[in-house]
Amino acid sequence: MHIPDGYLGPYTYMAMWIIMIPIWYYAGKRLSTELKSRQVPLLAMAAAFSFVIMMFNIPIPGGSTGHAVGGAIIGIVLGPWAGVIAISVALVLQALMFGDGGITAIAANCFNMAVIMPFSAYYIYRLASGNTEISSSRHVIAAAIAGYISLSLAAGFTGFLFGIQPLLHTGADGVPLYMPYGLSITVPAMLLEHLLGFAILEALITALIFAYIQRTDTSLLYGEKSRSQKNKSMR
Amino acid sequence: MDKIVRNFAIGLILLIILAPLGLLAVGETFGEWGAEEIKEKLGFVPPGLERLSGLWSAPLPDYAFSGGDESMTIAAAAYILSAVIGVVVCGGLLYFIGKKVARD
Repeated sequence: MHIPDGYLGPYTYMAMWIIMIPIWYYAGKRLSTELKSRQVPLLAMAAAFSFVIMMFNIPIPGGSTGHAVGGAIIGIVLGPWAGVIAISVALVLQALMFGDGGITAIAANCFNMAVIMPFSAYYIYRLASGNTEISSSRHVIAAAIAGYISLSLAAGFTGFLFGIQPLLHTGADGVPLYMPYGLSITVPAMLLEHLLGFAILEALITALIFAYIQRTDTSLLYGEKSRSQKNKSMR
Repeated sequence: MDKIVRNFAIGLILLIILAPLGLLAVGETFGEWGAEEIKEKLGFVPPGLERLSGLWSAPLPDYAFSGGDESMTIAAAAYILSAVIGVVVCGGLLYFIGKKVARD
């Protein structure tokens, strides 16, 4: 899902930078007001985890390879704004040091994997777990669903960014200047390989790590402590 | 809490060691083709793509030592080294920033 340099034309990659700069700025502000010292090791490990898990390429039938992102579990555990920072750091390092994802496309790649993923995952998890007890298995299922849908949404939007390139940038002679394939190819291609393959891995990873935290210390989960305190004060 | 951190750290170390498994997957990734692959598909390389694709030369392109043909052992070593760099830089940077901004 790492868009390389040259696939997005200047309108698209500039627009994504303009969208991402305030998001990064606000995410940094939120982090500095909300972050507690006991969460710092988790935040550091979240970025490291996201970096490494993206190196695990898996093949799917049809000859394509791809990977999970870890963005869903990070959004659920640390909250979406901390997720923006942690995953963005991993993506920027991947682009600068390893050429995985383009320099011009850093903002687009961060929007797809570091914004769409933690936000959609966090809210899908909250919605799907409802008012059930934090210890219930429904929370694990909700986390898995959040992992599955959030990676697929990110892939679908990546496909959308690819697919609008022939509309925005085609030479006078009809030659595409950047990504040559249109929406009818890019969106189904990106969506299908994630829905049938990589999103299942993301769902498993999300559920596994969530279940471990659920069994060990649920007060680490974003919003959980404040919620339980609220419940106590209401009694 | 400390136990969780310790266990996650062990998990990260295991992921680093197992990272070369990610090299076993062969195939292309949609939208991440190199110039030659695009030329095979279309018969030409879109001019904007060709111009922008050489914009940046990463020190360890694709988590490998640059220079092309490598044995599987060297590729695996480069992959593990990349994972170590990723974990140390990402983890170290956020630990440092986190400690600075954390309340309480």
